[in-house]
Amino acid sequence: MALQIIFIFVAAVTLGGALMTVTSRNLVHSALWLILSLFGVAVLYVLLNASFLAVAQVVIYIGAIAILIIFGVMMTRRLVIDPSRQINNTWWLAALLSLVFFGGLSWMLSTWDGFWSEAPIMAVNIDPLKQLGKALVAPDLYVLPFELASVLLLAALIGSIIIAYEKR
Amino acid sequence: MHNEWLFIGFFLILAPTFPAIAILIPRFIAPRKPNPIKMQTYECGLETYGKSYIRFKVQYYVYALVFLIFDVETVFLYPWAVAFDQLKLFAVLEGVLFILILVTGLIYAWRKGILEWA
Amino acid sequence: MAFLHDPITFIANWLQTLLAGWGLSSGLISVILTFFGVLVAALMLLVLDFSLVWVERKTVARLQDRIGPNRIGPFGIFQPVPDVLKLLIKEDITPEGADKIVYNLAPIFGLGAVLLLWAVIPFGYKILGTDINVGVLYIVAVGALGTLGIIMAGWASNNKYGLLGAFRMVAQMVSFEVPMVISLLIPVILARTMGINGIIEAQGGMWFVIVSPIAALILLISAQAELGRAPFDLAEAESEIVAGFHIEYTGIKFGMFYAGELLHALTFGAIISALFLGGWRGPGAETFPFLGVVYLFIKAFILYFVIMWLKYSLPRLRIDQMLNFNWKFLTPLALILLILTAILSKILENAGITLGSSPLLFSGLFLMMNLILVGITVLLLRAYGPKHPKVIAEPRPVAVTPETPATDIS
Repeated sequence: MALQIIFIFVAAVTLGGALMTVTSRNLVHSALWLILSLFGVAVLYVLLNASFLAVAQVVIYIGAIAILIIFGVMMTRRLVIDPSRQINNTWWLAALLSLVFFGGLSWMLSTWDGFWSEAPIMAVNIDPLKQLGKALVAPDLYVLPFELASVLLLAALIGSIIIAYEKR
Repeated sequence: MHNEWLFIGFFLILAPTFPAIAILIPRFIAPRKPNPIKMQTYECGLETYGKSYIRFKVQYYVYALVFLIFDVETVFLYPWAVAFDQLKLFAVLEGVLFILILVTGLIYAWRKGILEWA
Repeated sequence: MAFLHDPITFIANWLQTLLAGWGLSSGLISVILTFFGVLVAALMLLVLDFSLVWVERKTVARLQDRIGPNRIGPFGIFQPVPDVLKLLIKEDITPEGADKIVYNLAPIFGLGAVLLLWAVIPFGYKILGTDINVGVLYIVAVGALGTLGIIMAGWASNNKYGLLGAFRMVAQMVSFEVPMVISLLIPVILARTMGINGIIEAQGGMWFVIVSPIAALILLISAQAELGRAPFDLAEAESEIVAGFHIEYTGIKFGMFYAGELLHALTFGAIISALFLGGWRGPGAETFPFLGVVYLFIKAFILYFVIMWLKYSLPRLRIDQMLNFNWKFLTPLALILLILTAILSKILENAGITLGSSPLLFSGLFLMMNLILVGITVLLLRAYGPKHPKVIAEPRPVAVTPETPATDIS
């Protein structure tokens, strides 16, 4: 019961932060609301007993990606306040489509019985972190995505260097 | 597991509360006499000269980017390190291969001159 | 006697019986007990932070051959009281055009992030806040929150020097986080767990500083740079950029940045001592947990003294020297050390030598590997490192000695 209340509160904070990110007029404020949203997601991971994912979320998203976003915003914008209108003329169509989408998703989720059941209780003597580590390098499990992830990171590094430094 | 994180949750609520109280105290006991000269931005005692935004080197962004790549790599390596005693030598070498691919990236960035503060 | 042997459980049981006597359910009791634990820990940290002001000022005075505060109380130990009172009653000048909410939020992030770090550091055998199994990554995560506070402070001040100082500080902190995170991985490999209490328990045979001294050294250097202390303090050097990112902060908000930096230094001392120097381990620490607290704080204060010593004796590095040092020396060294540690640890484990079974042999072999790596690094630096400029000519004396004066007047 208490877990449910905490979940509702954290979900409200996450969604509120996401809403403020999109509607805030000040770009830097948007970035800070995004950080609140990402932190809310990390707390949701904790509620799901995935503590490694929670700290990894804070380390990577808030510690690196949010700082990158803030650097990008602060360095390239002379004026961070957006003076234009926030709502355009066809807002009713967008609201209708969102309601239809939300209704469809809710109906589809309510017919799935995984939605109404509780999460399976893990056995106490299994350490999920060790299982994750073993699974990442086991030859029949996930070693190929593991190595491909490093190649992907290498490609991201080289790609961004080439884009940022065209003349060298 | 929830009990351990409950401690951190309470700490998260309490740790910003003490600095917040410390910020609120001067509102009651400190003098408040704002005048336009005091509120100007500080520029070593002179009047502000020139526009108020500055042109930034792209180096700041590049360092944050290379940090991001190595940060994600290290976060991948933490579960591998925790499961160390249950891995065979082959699995350890797979992790070493992961590190070596990113060392190649560092060497590339080094040779291209990205890491220079020029 | 049970209190001395296991204080936290004793107090928890006593409070539990007291609250159960008032008729509360057991779930609520455990929540209330956790809250009390957090309150006590946070208050003790603030008192510690308070006294660190005195420690820092006395030590810097002695290192600079002067006396330091000695008027208020014996040896000046009550000096932080007038310091904090002075900061509290100073006028709070918010510069024009500053973003008020972000401006006020930044010092809260700065000090709050440092307080949060102490939640995972175990103080004694059974005295610890919490033992999450991802303690080491939690430390990195909370450090990231501190970095965020600095950017917020620099940008919200509406001052281009503040912003420039904040950018430089964040670029430096973010760069030095790479070798820090990699060298934090090495105790995890040696102890096979990420929880800090687990790492301390694994140091029963031999402290990790003897097993892998290079990792401890890399962590110490990265910690010095993360704190923004000399020789890496370009971002707040007074002759360079006046005061860096806290240029527009007055009164207690500046005090919080300052106190946060001091407590952060002690926190890094505690973290390095927990991961490498055995934390609360020492003779008799398991039977009397309070001894463990004493040992931890002795080790943390020794490392804090080393950090202060480095700060007050070394000249400042330029930012390009600092960043070259990080990306071209520390990061490759940390990566190579990681690879060698992983391979050697697995080979030794296959041969049956682990830290638990034969600590002396294990640590001896590891120490040899570290020393060989140091030797190779020194040789490489001599061959390829920056060279000293050649001496073109012999230095000429500037003042010419007079010829022998005439001894007689005639």
